[in-house]
Amino acid sequence: MLLDLSPDQEFFRDTTAKFLREQVPAAELRRLRDHPAGFEPGYWRRGADLGWVSLLVSEEHGGGSISGDGLLDLTLVAYEFGRHAAPGPLVPTNIVAAALSETSSGRNEDLLAGLVAGTSIASWCYGEPRPNDRLGDIAMEIRVEDAHVVLNGVKRPVESADQATHLLVTGRTGAGLSQVLVPTDTEGISIEPMHTVDLTRRFSEVRFENVRISIDAVLGEIGGAGDQVDRQLRLALVIANSESVGAMQLAFDMTVEWAFDRYSFGRPLASYQELKHRFADMKTWLEASHAISDAAAVAVSSQSPEADELVSAAKAYIGQYGSELMQDCVQIHGGIGLTYEHDVHLFMRRQTVNRALFGTPAEHRVRITAIIEQGADAA
Amino acid sequence: MTIDETTHELLDEHEDLESFRQRARTWIRANLRVVEPGKSREGVLRNDRNDEEELAGVAREREVQRMLFDAGLAGICFPTAYGGRGLSPAHQEALNEELVGYEYPARLQAPTIAPCAAVLLDFGTEEQKLRHIPAILKGEELWMQFLSEPSGGSDVAGALATAVRDGDEWVLNGSKVWTTGAWWSDWGLCLARTNWDVPKHRGLSVFMLPIHQPNIEVHRIEMLNGSKEFCQEFMTDVRVPDTDRIGDVDDGWTVGIRWMFHERMLHNSSYVTIPSGDAHAGIGNESVLQTARASGHLDDPRVRDLVGEARMLNRVGEELHRRVAQGVVSGAMSDQSAAVGRLFSGVTSARTTSIVFEIVGADGAAWTDGDDGAIAEIGNDFLMRQVSCIGGGTTEMARNVISERVLGMPRERTLDREVAFRDVPRSPSSAS
Repeated sequence: MLLDLSPDQEFFRDTTAKFLREQVPAAELRRLRDHPAGFEPGYWRRGADLGWVSLLVSEEHGGGSISGDGLLDLTLVAYEFGRHAAPGPLVPTNIVAAALSETSSGRNEDLLAGLVAGTSIASWCYGEPRPNDRLGDIAMEIRVEDAHVVLNGVKRPVESADQATHLLVTGRTGAGLSQVLVPTDTEGISIEPMHTVDLTRRFSEVRFENVRISIDAVLGEIGGAGDQVDRQLRLALVIANSESVGAMQLAFDMTVEWAFDRYSFGRPLASYQELKHRFADMKTWLEASHAISDAAAVAVSSQSPEADELVSAAKAYIGQYGSELMQDCVQIHGGIGLTYEHDVHLFMRRQTVNRALFGTPAEHRVRITAIIEQGADAA
Repeated sequence: MTIDETTHELLDEHEDLESFRQRARTWIRANLRVVEPGKSREGVLRNDRNDEEELAGVAREREVQRMLFDAGLAGICFPTAYGGRGLSPAHQEALNEELVGYEYPARLQAPTIAPCAAVLLDFGTEEQKLRHIPAILKGEELWMQFLSEPSGGSDVAGALATAVRDGDEWVLNGSKVWTTGAWWSDWGLCLARTNWDVPKHRGLSVFMLPIHQPNIEVHRIEMLNGSKEFCQEFMTDVRVPDTDRIGDVDDGWTVGIRWMFHERMLHNSSYVTIPSGDAHAGIGNESVLQTARASGHLDDPRVRDLVGEARMLNRVGEELHRRVAQGVVSGAMSDQSAAVGRLFSGVTSARTTSIVFEIVGADGAAWTDGDDGAIAEIGNDFLMRQVSCIGGGTTEMARNVISERVLGMPRERTLDREVAFRDVPRSPSSAS
């Protein structure tokens, strides 16, 4: 999390933190394990009142930021989501809201207003099943037929698809990418729930079979949505990274407390040099994760030419070292750390899901190489 | 060259960031030599210069330091009273950014400016500061740390080198080690024991002394790769005036704690001038990609993964150091958090060295005179890999500092706390 928050940002962060602490304590997260949506509509609506889905939306569309930099403000919400393993479709609603705010020409005002108010849910259909499941692979077909577009393909995992009224679908038209906003009740769409490691996040596989919709549903340019998709991916990565850092921070704090509290052989765990050194490594990974997550958020927000490299560095690092930290937290807890009763898994789950979504650490490392190779060629 | 007094007078102490950057950029482009692409990489303490070349390098860097000083681009965050510019860390960062791709006085940064000049600034008398800091900023004085001893590396406060008072002077005896380039340096900042009858931390004092004098023998240590930059000094009845003592008698550990803070901050200290991205010792920013290219395997997916990993670690390191420096300055983090940056740098540099060794394959075992720096000597770099985790305080010590001083975990049990230092058990083979 950013080191130098303004008093307004601090108040904003604290408001969400208090709300989550009261509304979704660990017992509530466990209760939601069997809830079909993974969150209560009222919870999401009240969270939206705190600004959860308005920060990437322009003021003319009913949004607005705290600091003038909505994405940085949103990283504070995401960080608290991580610290509380909070339920709710934070990434997909914000991505769709940002896309609508950027491209809307009046047609989607109601949906955008509903997203900002927390009364509507929408999701982004980006990733695809094997063998098109590598970062950036898009095989989904969006074909133009007169005044319509026709969608064919499969998307997964799509977060909260079964709660969504609309899906923002990224697909291919010829050599370029297109994006279409499709109501979930359109004929030809089938949604099948998937299993997941997170307790409250819900993912589905969404099939599109000759889904036919007016060409007006296209967001942006047909076959020319590549930049738009890149922007959405950057936003998703920034939000997910901040959330993972929050989860890491909480698991780390919990494990430090445990090390002071737990005695073995007449000494606290915290007095063993072997464990102290492990904590020093974890602290270093944690601070490094805070640093790169924030730097990437600033770079994305300011549209720096380094944004793609930094956001991939953040995703790769936080994915890899976040998992090392989480698994070490489990290890230091011992057997209790692997039980459902203990809380540490709530946070490990969130970091684990985020690590695997929107590109694995290895995929982002390779992406970094491509970026610096291009940079070196250009120089 | 003489000091350009007018330049200094004309400069506003509160020069705004953008004019400063513009001025730095213009001056650097007009006066400093461009580092040829691919020539900046120096591997891990490479033994690739003879003494003559090394001395020529030192002389050029002294000259560049002087040029920077005359241009009002030295000592950015040092007070103007001591020849500095009295500007902000952001100004230093701007200078560092503008220096990318140009020569800079590398050997004068660590340990001369940080930690030595930084320690002088914290604890020196007015007279000491006036005598030495301007001289350092002009490139006239190169300093070394007389800190580690052969009897114990990490246990710095266990110094055996002894200073005995004799009227207005002190007489120093003992040995110091791991001073990089002491053979071409001028002054030593020396931690010595002044009282054996109190616990170890309460019987130390800090002195400054000229290195080249008859009573100091400088011995160059040959490292496993043939490098002879590290030295050991033998002090025999070295006389130091009491006016060259820094801090109070027997209170040297107060100085030592700040000293080690400045040492851990090293290239992230806002006193230090270093091109951005070069801040990590060992294999530099661009060289992993260069090596992968030169190896002919940049298209190998495994190599692309490794190149990306090295770059990721590099970028994360830059941001971590920025965060720690910012946190320490603002007070959001304790000074001891510098150990977080130190641990990251050490481990990351070692990992990067391994990555490069992995990329070059069998060329890491054997190479020819025809191979250039991107391929040659990488096997030796690998053998020297751990230097990043040892030099400047081991990563194990950094882990102790983080766990004990940052996280507040119980201190390691020691047998030297509440007893007179002369009664503390020492290695049976200890020299003195």
